[in-house]
Amino acid sequence: MAPISIDFTTLNLGTLSPMLITLLGALVILCIDLFKSNLDKTLYVTLTILTLFIALGATLSLDINQRGLFNTILIDGVSILGQVLILAGSMLFIPLALTKRKFHDFSYPEFFALFLFMVFGFQFMAASDNLILIFVGLETASLSLYTLIAMHNTKLAHEAAIKYFTMGAMAAGFFAMGAAAIYGVTGSVELATVAKIFQSKFSEPEIMVPIIGGALLMVVAIGFKISLIPFHMWTPDTYEGASAPMAGYMSIVPKVAMMVVAMRLFGMYIELDITIIKYTIIVLAIITTTLANMMALVQKDVKRMLAYSSISHAGFVLVALALDTTKGYSSIFMYYGLFMFTNLGAFTMLWVSRHKYNIHHDRFHHPYEKFAGMIKRAPISAVIMAIFMLSLAGVPPFSLFWGKLYVLSAVVDSGYYTVAIILALNSAIAVYYYLKLIIYMFLKPEDLAQGKVTYANRAFSLEVVIGLAALATAASIFYVEPLMQYITRLLSASGF
Amino acid sequence: MSNILTVLIFFPLIAAIFGFMVNQKSIRVYGITVAAAEFLLSLWLWASFDASNPGMQFVEHLDLIPEFGISYFLGVDGISLFIVIMSTLMTLIGIIALSVKEDVKNMIITLLFLEVAMIGVFVSLDAILFYVFWEFSLVPMLYIIGAWGGNLRLYASIKFFIYTFAGSLVMLVGMLYLAFVFHATTGHWSFALTDWYALILPFDVQTYLFWAFFLGFAIKVPMFPFHTWLPYAHGQAPTVGSVILAAVLLKMGTYGFVRFSLPLFPDASVAYIVPVAILAIIMIIYTAMVAYAQKDIKQVIAYSSISHMGVIIIGTFAMNTEGIAGSVFLMLSHGIVSGALFLLVGVIYDRRHTKLMSEFGGLAKSMPNFAVIFGVMTMAAVGLPLTIGFIGEYLSLAGFFKVSPFMTILAGSSIILGAAYMLRALKNTFFGPITKPENENLPDLDAKELTALIPLVAIVIWLGVYPKPVLGPIDTTTKALVQMMHEKAQTKEAKKTILVSKKAKEAK
Repeated sequence: MAPISIDFTTLNLGTLSPMLITLLGALVILCIDLFKSNLDKTLYVTLTILTLFIALGATLSLDINQRGLFNTILIDGVSILGQVLILAGSMLFIPLALTKRKFHDFSYPEFFALFLFMVFGFQFMAASDNLILIFVGLETASLSLYTLIAMHNTKLAHEAAIKYFTMGAMAAGFFAMGAAAIYGVTGSVELATVAKIFQSKFSEPEIMVPIIGGALLMVVAIGFKISLIPFHMWTPDTYEGASAPMAGYMSIVPKVAMMVVAMRLFGMYIELDITIIKYTIIVLAIITTTLANMMALVQKDVKRMLAYSSISHAGFVLVALALDTTKGYSSIFMYYGLFMFTNLGAFTMLWVSRHKYNIHHDRFHHPYEKFAGMIKRAPISAVIMAIFMLSLAGVPPFSLFWGKLYVLSAVVDSGYYTVAIILALNSAIAVYYYLKLIIYMFLKPEDLAQGKVTYANRAFSLEVVIGLAALATAASIFYVEPLMQYITRLLSASGF
Repeated sequence: MSNILTVLIFFPLIAAIFGFMVNQKSIRVYGITVAAAEFLLSLWLWASFDASNPGMQFVEHLDLIPEFGISYFLGVDGISLFIVIMSTLMTLIGIIALSVKEDVKNMIITLLFLEVAMIGVFVSLDAILFYVFWEFSLVPMLYIIGAWGGNLRLYASIKFFIYTFAGSLVMLVGMLYLAFVFHATTGHWSFALTDWYALILPFDVQTYLFWAFFLGFAIKVPMFPFHTWLPYAHGQAPTVGSVILAAVLLKMGTYGFVRFSLPLFPDASVAYIVPVAILAIIMIIYTAMVAYAQKDIKQVIAYSSISHMGVIIIGTFAMNTEGIAGSVFLMLSHGIVSGALFLLVGVIYDRRHTKLMSEFGGLAKSMPNFAVIFGVMTMAAVGLPLTIGFIGEYLSLAGFFKVSPFMTILAGSSIILGAAYMLRALKNTFFGPITKPENENLPDLDAKELTALIPLVAIVIWLGVYPKPVLGPIDTTTKALVQMMHEKAQTKEAKKTILVSKKAKEAK
């Protein structure tokens, strides 16, 4: 056996730089804690943001279409866009730790180190087309995320973390089995090689059974993580139990990371013309938006409503994934980019009105009744919250309208008119539960027995985040064009 | 002023934002001043409008998302000009007659936002821009009904919002598909209507698109069987809400038919004249009968408003110059007349806090001026010659007579049925002895109400006697529109239907 010679250039450590920076930041935070305890959380928040900022800079400076770390890391348009969204989302959500009330989780420096480890994991998922590396990234990120949820340290948070952990572990199992099935057929875990071997083996009899079987195991695994129905059961409870910043974070960043994996993996199957996978995805997506919308209608708590709404949005976007067109892929990133700001704003609005204990309802922190008559007491907050709700509902000219427009347009371009109409009508169902909050805020009289919304948790940094989110939501028309151009350029440069 | 349309759209927007700074006590004067300035601006638009030019005027074009063909593209022609003027007029009148007591400031600011959306819809020449204004108009109206409405206001406002939203989303898919077809044909993206007009689509494509757009517009009109949201909306809305809703918001639907459906899908429009006309006739007769059965005077007017919208649809789908020009004119007269009737109902509601006809009777004795104006408006609603209501209704029906005499006779029953329920309402409310003692000393119209109503009476009679200044530009543009539809039509049937009327016009 010839000795394996490792060429340093194939290592190409530059491709790893964004992740290494995140990792280093996490280690620095741990070391600081080692030498001097009792430092304030403001220090750690700032350090986290700065780390992410440098990592974002490193990501943006990467050359497109290169490989590294023995060809396991792939830097193409999808991985750059995925990492940009992951890093930007993390930077936007972490300032929410700077609240007025002291919450258990943010008083530990480990929280921020774990947060960075999680981001590191997500970056790996986005930047690799090697199933083993994706799995490692997924597990790193998920294990950190379970802990972060549990650190909120309420009864519901523990329940949330355990539920998420059990379901997540099962999903990881499915992922491992799916990867094994793919490896069994092809002898490779690199998707580029896998695609070629699949192609050459199409003529073999009964080859489709293991190929499709592996793909379906992957559908289950990915379905758990981006919370497709029927794999969504953990989502509402986990969102409800987690703190609002973590819930908002979970509705964006992990899903973006998993979406990128899904793009690579399912994109491969769809490109190979395995139509059953394509239709499975479309059907799952339609079921997801429709049923999630129905369930969101009957929620009594705004946070649970937003949980179902984010399931429904994920289904909406997933349709674009099955199209395998540049426009479809671009619209996914576009949608999540816009969705990030709107959801950030909505969850932050819940976060500022959060009390340490439930004072409005025996179970929920944010029942609809809590917001009744808000326009009288806090008109500006009510208007801002209404802007977020209208944007989520897809009312123009707010940001998510443009996202919906692009997704629907991509669907129509590919000839799936019925699907487009189903999605459009789903938006009409969804508008009801968003309007319900607006109606409580603007049109219902204040219910004094319920207690008032008070901004117990209000702090300057939260106000800045809300202002930023509101601006990005209301003035979206001015940046939609450059954003779309950037996304399309990156994606078409790497052949998506 | 070449950018007058932009000014017309953004002046109320800026005024609304500044309105937050104005003190509650002075807000009414502020609102009237702003609305009057906006109305004068729209009159200026009319003054500088070239009536002999059938095409788009005051065109403004600015790329918003060039990659996807979305632009800020405005223009006005003979069809939209007067609807814009009517919108500014009815907003002004609505604000003058405003009788809301609480949160006047919010009401005025909301009305100004609504005005932005209304003007925007009628002057947009880009489909996405049109859609943006179209959807945005729902939000202020939701607030007006929901915040100042009656007991069922929340139900009514949500029903209004969701109904319209659902229909227009289907229309949005249609727009995206049309843009995709345009892209496939020409190689670039565009949502500009003027670009779309040049497309000649295969018949089956036209059919799908026709029904997609139809759903969006028909719910707004509202056509049978999508009309159920409107009685609730009217029943619950405050007076000013009903006025704007009946006068302007419903016209968005019929305007959409004229602006989008007919010129974009001429063949499909001709092919589906019969089903659409049947729906319109059902709408005319059925809602007229429902109107006759109402006990609440506001509901009578609400249903009569739906019934007359049916005649507008009939006129539009006549596919000839008389019919389309007549339906556009009827949009204006319907706006003014039904707006005025809702104002009048608001007047007695403010005095008696009831709208039931059985509570009134003999009001002509105690409120003579009110009775006279109500009488004039009733006559106009019924379509009496020499009032504004006659011309549009006559032209619409005359236009459709060339398509189908039989259906025209059925549709013409609107005049008889209309007379039946309106005169009954008039009789029950104003004539006979005064049965309730409360009605004996009701104060007649005050200065505010007279200021709002007298201009409308003047317009009703002026345009009833001499409609040419308005009908002229409408007719010029309509002729060009019919000409274009004729050239675009591919099926024999469409050529024939659209052509016959043109020859007839030339023969005159």
